[in-house]
Amino acid sequence: MTARKKKKIEKFEDAMKRLEEIVEKLEKGDLPLEDAMKAFGEGVELVRFCHEKLEEAEKKVQTLVQAEDGSWHTKPLDTQDE
Amino acid sequence: MPVTAPFDPLTSPAVLTVSQLNARIKGLLEAQFPYVWVRGEISNLRIPASGHAYFTLKDERSQIRAVMFRSQFGRLKFRPEDGMAVLCQGRLTVYEPRGDYQIIADILEPEGLGALQKAFEQLKEKLYKEGLFDAERKLPLPVRPQRVAVITSATGAAIRDILKVFQRCPFPLTVTLLPVRVQGAEAAPEIARALRTVNDLRHDFAWDVVIVGRGGGSLEDLWPFNEEAVARAIADCAVPVISAVGHEIDLTISDLVADWRAPTPTAGAQWVVSRLEDLERHLTDRIQRMRAALLSLVESRRNHVRRLEARLRDPRRRLIDWRLAVDDRLERLTRAMGNRLHLCRIRMDHARQDLERLHPARRIAELRLRLETLSRQLLQLHQRDLRERRLHLQKAAAQLESLSPLAVLKRGYSITCKLPEKTVITDASRVHPGDTLRILLARGEVTAEVVETREEGLKD
Repeated sequence: MTARKKKKIEKFEDAMKRLEEIVEKLEKGDLPLEDAMKAFGEGVELVRFCHEKLEEAEKKVQTLVQAEDGSWHTKPLDTQDE
Repeated sequence: MPVTAPFDPLTSPAVLTVSQLNARIKGLLEAQFPYVWVRGEISNLRIPASGHAYFTLKDERSQIRAVMFRSQFGRLKFRPEDGMAVLCQGRLTVYEPRGDYQIIADILEPEGLGALQKAFEQLKEKLYKEGLFDAERKLPLPVRPQRVAVITSATGAAIRDILKVFQRCPFPLTVTLLPVRVQGAEAAPEIARALRTVNDLRHDFAWDVVIVGRGGGSLEDLWPFNEEAVARAIADCAVPVISAVGHEIDLTISDLVADWRAPTPTAGAQWVVSRLEDLERHLTDRIQRMRAALLSLVESRRNHVRRLEARLRDPRRRLIDWRLAVDDRLERLTRAMGNRLHLCRIRMDHARQDLERLHPARRIAELRLRLETLSRQLLQLHQRDLRERRLHLQKAAAQLESLSPLAVLKRGYSITCKLPEKTVITDASRVHPGDTLRILLARGEVTAEVVETREEGLKD
């Protein structure tokens, strides 16, 4: 039962919002079991999505620099240049 | 300024050593300014371990070093700060080894606001009126501040502090530094420009939050963060801005405009980390709550199924139950019937006894007995009555005897009856000649025929 959602959630905040809704709905406890299972599956999926997003970012420290042509890019920051 | 006559090496008695010169200056100054009031703004206030306060008094063009010893400084009713305008009373002194002169302050009184302070207040007022500090203007801080832009000096304490905190972050973070000067005249335009760059490039770099700030310093050092250009750049930035300037006690215009004020750069970075940690905790909590909710849901459904299951029984068992029930009813029926029959029998016996007791034969016998008694009694009564009557009759007869016409007959009278009616004739008119008469005599009778009748009797 891979949650093939109708609309794929892409934004982290949307995922969190949906997750809250699901938790509340589940906690109310009046969902039919099937729906509850489905909701739980979706919730787990959302938590995984959020975790992935949390881990997705690279751990890096960089400086923003502007090239001659005016374009912006980053280069690693040497934090030791005191 | 009244000074001694110009020094002329030719007229002077001797060339002075530096020490002699300083000693002379010291004598002159100290004699000339044993007691002076001076107005100025405090700057570069520092209090080393000795507890004495060293600062600079300055105005727009000039400055003088000052010191206030611990005993006096500790008694002040206010807290002197950089930028504060004061009235200072003291005496001048010269530190000969360095040729420095300074004022030794005895009294320090606050005097209105310093120029910088005034500028600060004015800008604050202006921006406040424009609504730049309004809570509604503040952007919501990101839930997941993982891409952080930092606008500060590449070599300052702030970036070091920030990176130190980020190194401990358990989550991956991208920190992009936009190096700027953070003090001096160029600082404010550079900071403002960097903020605009962040705003312009926010879609390319997807920054979640900007930290703008610097480490602690004097009011002058922090001044770029009180500049209008910086304040407006912060207000215009579509990426949430955290202002992290100086120390906890330093409040700048940037702090007021920013979406959040971190007391220090370290605190700003810590906020980012704790936000991510909170998020992680939040996610963990939600999945636990979901699991718990689902488990309890499943449990409640399971209980429900169990309850239904208990009620849903093998029909054969019901058959047995019914059979038992039927047997039970049958037994009860039989018992009830038996009881009923027994009761009827008893009642019937009673009835029979009653009936027997009331049988007519007995009644007949009784009646017969009674009849016999009655008839016997009747007979007795009758006989007695007869006897009595007989007695009575005899008496009456005797009486009658005495009254009997026969007795009259004996005395010679007779009774005449007409035949065949045998009616006694007492009236001669009732008979007619030719009728046959029977005449009764005392003894026997005579049959005679009427010859003649007369109305008159033998009266005479």
